Amino acid sequence: MDNNMFRRLTALFCTILLLAASGSAAFADSFEFDRDNLPYTDDWDAYSYDEEYYSQLAGQGASINFYNWGEYISDGSDDLVDVIAEFEALTDIKVYYTNFATNEELYAKLKSGAASYDVIVPSDYMVARMIKEEMLAPLDYSNIPNVRYMNPAFMDPNYDPGSVYSLPYAWNTVGIIYNTSMVDEEPDSWSVLWDEQYAGQILMFNNSRDAFGVTLKYLGYSLNTEDPAQMREAAELLKEQKPLVQAYVMDQIFDKMENNEAAIATYYSGDALLIDNDNIAIAIPKEGTNKFVDACCIPAVAKNKLGAEMFINFLNEPPIAAQNTEYVGYGTANLAAYCLLDEEVRNDPILYPPQEILDNSEMYINLSDEANLMLDQLWTEVKASNKNILTWGILPVMTIAAIVIGKRQYRKNREKRHKYMIED
Amino acid sequence: MKARIAAAPYLLWAALFIIIPMGLVGWYAITDMDGNLTLDNFSASMRFAPVIGSSVWLAIIATGICLVIAYPLAYMISRKSGIGQRTLILLVMLPMWMNFLLRTYAWMTLLENNGVINRLLGMIGLGPYEMINTPGAVVLGMVYNYLPFMILPLYSVMTKIEPLLIEAATDLGCSPWETMKRVILPLSLPGIATGITMVFVPSVSTFVISVMLGGGSFMLIGDLIEMQFLGNAYNPHLGAALSLVLMAILLLCMVITDMFSNPEEKEGLLL
Amino acid sequence: MTKKQNSFTSNLYIFIVMAFMYLPILVMIIYSFNDSKSRGAWAGFTTKWYADLLQNESILTALWNTLIVAVISSVVATLLGTAAAVGIQAMKKRNRELIMNFTYLPVMSPEIVMGVSLMLLFVMFGVDFSLFTVIVAHITFNVPYVILSVLPKLRQMDKYLFEAAMDLGCTPLQAFMKVMLPEIMPGIISGFLIAFTFSLDDFNISYFVSGERAQTLPVLIYSMTRKRVSPEINALSAIIFVVVLTVLIITNLNDVRKEKQLQKGGRRG
Repeated sequence: MDNNMFRRLTALFCTILLLAASGSAAFADSFEFDRDNLPYTDDWDAYSYDEEYYSQLAGQGASINFYNWGEYISDGSDDLVDVIAEFEALTDIKVYYTNFATNEELYAKLKSGAASYDVIVPSDYMVARMIKEEMLAPLDYSNIPNVRYMNPAFMDPNYDPGSVYSLPYAWNTVGIIYNTSMVDEEPDSWSVLWDEQYAGQILMFNNSRDAFGVTLKYLGYSLNTEDPAQMREAAELLKEQKPLVQAYVMDQIFDKMENNEAAIATYYSGDALLIDNDNIAIAIPKEGTNKFVDACCIPAVAKNKLGAEMFINFLNEPPIAAQNTEYVGYGTANLAAYCLLDEEVRNDPILYPPQEILDNSEMYINLSDEANLMLDQLWTEVKASNKNILTWGILPVMTIAAIVIGKRQYRKNREKRHKYMIED
Repeated sequence: MKARIAAAPYLLWAALFIIIPMGLVGWYAITDMDGNLTLDNFSASMRFAPVIGSSVWLAIIATGICLVIAYPLAYMISRKSGIGQRTLILLVMLPMWMNFLLRTYAWMTLLENNGVINRLLGMIGLGPYEMINTPGAVVLGMVYNYLPFMILPLYSVMTKIEPLLIEAATDLGCSPWETMKRVILPLSLPGIATGITMVFVPSVSTFVISVMLGGGSFMLIGDLIEMQFLGNAYNPHLGAALSLVLMAILLLCMVITDMFSNPEEKEGLLL
Repeated sequence: MTKKQNSFTSNLYIFIVMAFMYLPILVMIIYSFNDSKSRGAWAGFTTKWYADLLQNESILTALWNTLIVAVISSVVATLLGTAAAVGIQAMKKRNRELIMNFTYLPVMSPEIVMGVSLMLLFVMFGVDFSLFTVIVAHITFNVPYVILSVLPKLRQMDKYLFEAAMDLGCTPLQAFMKVMLPEIMPGIISGFLIAFTFSLDDFNISYFVSGERAQTLPVLIYSMTRKRVSPEINALSAIIFVVVLTVLIITNLNDVRKEKQLQKGGRRG
């Protein structure tokens, strides 16, 4: 009974919070919040989980499928909490954890019907696309009491008005990760990605939206342009860049940058902190960049919605969220967790960029169907533009083929003649 | 005789899991996202002719290199003593039992800019050479992974060549070169044909080797298909059309190799 | 050229090709003992990656999945394929050729196309991706190999043997079990082994039909190579290599011993 009461109260609280947040929609995408007056200054040492709430599915052999970005949840290394193991122990719900590398891959997996997940973590524009295509289930906030800790600045975003389908997980910007021993000057412009000097030393995004995003920014256009001419211009520029690119990768950049395999990589800024190499630095180009929010959602096809909501709630337990943020290296949208972070981390310009950078960056919005289709086509074209592959082999192969076929034909004719002769 | 009925479960299985799925691929290829009939997918696939061309091209080179390496090897192994033959063939087969992803990953470690090979070369003052993420690396990956598929059929035809036959040819005054040309080569043609198919088919359709060793810059038709189904540009209809194009290419390849082989012999050699 | 020189060049050539084939494996084994997370320089000897590997639940689950799939799919494929071969052999020539053409289809068509087509099928009928779908897919690509290895044995068999057994009062089942089965057993066993191996090793098809809960080892390895790679992967290769090597050596020694016994027996007789 008590539990019910508690839940109803929290639900009420959340509604108020959401209402308050939706009153300032313009506020929602600015990521702006009062960093000096932190609301949660209490001591968390005595913090305990709501055992009753978390034991709802215990003993039933319940399980959830969690589909997340790689390197995106604290796994027990570096003396930080192993989030999934902790959740499994607390709730007796088994978590099947798998990774995707790009939003588009997540979309394809879900759209094709080849998978049924309970919790996914798409980025902002993909949340909007999935809402539009009715691929998500609305969150039941009475099962996610920890929504009370969320930073109002991240609630009711443009990509999900009213935060009906998504709860922010982390936020960050796109930047240029570079190796100071191989790059002399701090790159201040995206133009470095087209700099001949770094031919073969560049790692480029392996997904359409981010690759086009940085190119469009370099050209001075909006990330969200739907103008075919501008998109085509970006595609041409990407094709031009191709000979300079060492590889199109996503999470492989960790290994490659760690081992000094490349000088420059476009990636998500916070990941620079996860690369174990003293020479790694991050630069945010002057043309502006993309800022993004990754949010927890529950697909419409989810089989265990309550379990999924419990998991999302658990991710937002302040001590868990704080340690998880520390591991992930992105900004947190959980205000209580933010308050728990060390001052040093809170002031880290990569994790929590200064306002002028945020003001100069743009969020992705979901493009129209036509623009999405065109983007996919252009990206396939960029990736497919192979030039001069091993042309040295043409001559020998052709010669051998000609000899073999010629000889065969000759022999066949001879045999035929032979036959005729015999028949005659 | 009622023995024919024994094939019924298999026929049912084949209908369900081979024929119907192939039909589905065909259906997807001629419809668009809204389910209307269209031929756009095929015309769209033609835009990727360069990708298809380079896949075929890289596969041809890989197959050729495999043949050149495997032919003498298979011959040499087939002339060894019983135990020697057995051991060497086991050695050829052993890597096949390890997953090809692991083996391909091992090549990444070797070929990287700061990889083992460049380090060793650096010690004697050479390099570093840019080896990974080049088309050469992709071909190397294909050759390395599929070489046993070329060696084994060649070896199995060559063990069947009587040593007496070669002796006779030599006794009759053939030079080693002529023996090779007039006796061994014609007798090993079916093995060559099988080997070529068994290397060419997986090479032309791979979608992992090009990603791991080519850095995603050298797209092959396999990558293109994977990309349409589970990758970065979801469009199963285009993917289905591309799959049909790939099948057509292989059919063509098989018609060509079939010119050199006798269908009844092929059956035994595949295994 | 003398014979000696000849065998020297051939040995050298064999050695070089073998070196090419084993070099990467050797490197992985060496690196599995490297006390550093990165692939770079040597940083001392350790066995911690092996310890980590044995505690890595997802790898162990995937290994278990792979074994289950391989065992079930190869057994079913062997049963299905042997029955099919017997049936096909009894057919008229025209039907036989038609069916053999279909049988060749999965053998000759690229794996990616087969994976994609099965994925479309399962999605179409709303089948959840699980071990079940993986097993079905593996049976599908394994059956043809069983058929192709049993058929030649059937063809070699004296076809009157079966009829003779029937004339002597055997039921068809008895005749099959007592006369036909022993004759075609080598084909069945080799078909089974081929099916089992292919199933263990398959990535291209499993990738398209394994859901989030039924990852086989190759599928998991693929997802490992797309992230920050843990040296556990090297340890895994080393272990697989040693296991395969041991199995091959044991079976080979067994064969050699049997052969020797046969020879001895032959001489005595």
